[in-house]
Amino acid sequence: MDIIACIKQVPDTESQIKIAPDGKSIVQNDIKWVMNPYDEFGVEEALKLKAKNGGTVTVVSVGPKRVTESIRTALAMGADKGIRVEDAATDDGDSFTIAKTLAAAVKNLPYDVIFCGQRAVDDDEAQVGAMLAEMLNIPHISLVVKEEVDLAAKKVTAEKPIEGATLVTESSLPVLLTTQKGLNEPRYASLPGIMKAKKKPLETKKVADLGLNAEDVGLAGSKLQIMALIPPPQRSAGKIVEGETPQEKAATLVKLLREEAKII
Amino acid sequence: MAQGVMVVCEQRDGEIRKISYEVLSEGKRLADKLGAEMTAVLLGSGIADKAAALGAYGASKVFVADDPNLAVYTAEAYAKAIGGIVNQADPAILLMGASVVGKDLSARLAGKLSTGLAMDCTVLRIEDGRLVATRPIYAGKAFADVVISSFPQMATTRPNVMTVTPPDPSKSAEVVKVEANLSADDLRTKVLEVRKDAAGKIDLTEADVIVSGGRGMKGPENYKILEDLAAVLKGTVGASRSAVDAGWRSHSDQVGQTGKVVTPNLYIACGISGAIQHLAGMSGSKVIVAINKDADAPIFQKADYGVVADLFDVVPAMTEEAKKIM
Repeated sequence: MDIIACIKQVPDTESQIKIAPDGKSIVQNDIKWVMNPYDEFGVEEALKLKAKNGGTVTVVSVGPKRVTESIRTALAMGADKGIRVEDAATDDGDSFTIAKTLAAAVKNLPYDVIFCGQRAVDDDEAQVGAMLAEMLNIPHISLVVKEEVDLAAKKVTAEKPIEGATLVTESSLPVLLTTQKGLNEPRYASLPGIMKAKKKPLETKKVADLGLNAEDVGLAGSKLQIMALIPPPQRSAGKIVEGETPQEKAATLVKLLREEAKII
Repeated sequence: MAQGVMVVCEQRDGEIRKISYEVLSEGKRLADKLGAEMTAVLLGSGIADKAAALGAYGASKVFVADDPNLAVYTAEAYAKAIGGIVNQADPAILLMGASVVGKDLSARLAGKLSTGLAMDCTVLRIEDGRLVATRPIYAGKAFADVVISSFPQMATTRPNVMTVTPPDPSKSAEVVKVEANLSADDLRTKVLEVRKDAAGKIDLTEADVIVSGGRGMKGPENYKILEDLAAVLKGTVGASRSAVDAGWRSHSDQVGQTGKVVTPNLYIACGISGAIQHLAGMSGSKVIVAINKDADAPIFQKADYGVVADLFDVVPAMTEEAKKIM
């Protein structure tokens, strides 16, 4: 079967985020870039599907040269080939233009299942997966924690949690699934895997190669514009609850929550 | 020309969800500011009788698509039906709640309508007749003010953030029935089963009170004391990444940048040191309490109330104290 995993490179979640002097972007100097954690679940699930059904796993991403490292990570995990769209025209694009770019990159490839992380931990937009499915005119199921593909019947059954319940959903193939924690435990790349990854094909494309115009992507094509980034409201240490014993502290705390904070 | 505010309401088992009242209240505030009307959309099966009452929250008109295929949410069918309503009514602003369903639906719909979407917003306002949305990024390590250059300007609002206006039961909305016009292509996904969680379990993103436990809980069996406190405070239990990675709690309980970003009124962190990715996920809470043996734990720098003591002594004592007053 043919499987595509879309990935994004993001700042590691341990990163401190500082706003750049332009007021619209972040300082990138000290950032450690990693594959978006939710996308790792997609790569892992793609590899599991391949192990079960045979086939090819293609990893697709949009971004500058540093993104090559994250694609190589996926190749070292076991993916077969990579496609990276590198074009200054895609810079500062919103979810809509990234979905559009990805759609153009994958529309002529064979695919049964496309994986996207349910959201990227940088801009937290949680949009690209569903938008990409819409643009490709295929169904999608988001936030999947379990999936089972029946290739012969050309369908997938997936479980997704919603508030207070789990939906067991069935869809025809091809399908796009967005992945989240709980679906699997992504493997680490083995040393032989890392060696092999260096020889696996990794194509670089420009937007013109995908049949897109520069003004349709990146900042120019974006529907959403960032006006300003703002630091979060600073929380400072409040009071330490005093007391001779833990019981006394507990009693004082409950009293404070009731009478001072008026929260319980 | 696009005008007015439209709010997509969410129902579950035929009941309107609380987040819809939050969005309607916010939508009405924006509509008043624009001097325009607010309309609403309600999809489901056998739900038409719920529509007129949305007038109490300020909707002048409610578009209702009542169709057996819309009984349970699926992205394509809902996006198709709402897309048809939006194309006809042409609202300037289209809002829904950033619930699990709202996030999924809004993204698919924005793709269909080729418009911009501000996801999971905490503040919406009007400037020069346009929507300006504030939304947390990096799980709250920064906020972005964004605008949308296309119509409708779409936004979803984070649960528990927008204030619900007291309803005016004397007001009733005009109900406009519309056809969903679903084709086989819109029904490629179907829900086979809705498996309900244990009764009474409140989702972290919608909880007013969260009692959360980390590595300091020492093992899964000890979460009972947090469950007890949460039960008294009518809250729910969360966990840090290390507790989830250790297999003590389910993934759906995780608070933080790779888990859920939460905004309860009260967040009680028990045995959680305060890793940066955890702090990002809970710093939007109104009041934060930290209980930890280690007085140097970073969590105390973010806590409104800190208790330096053994959580195994403090938490059960809190439960007893809370029982006296709740």
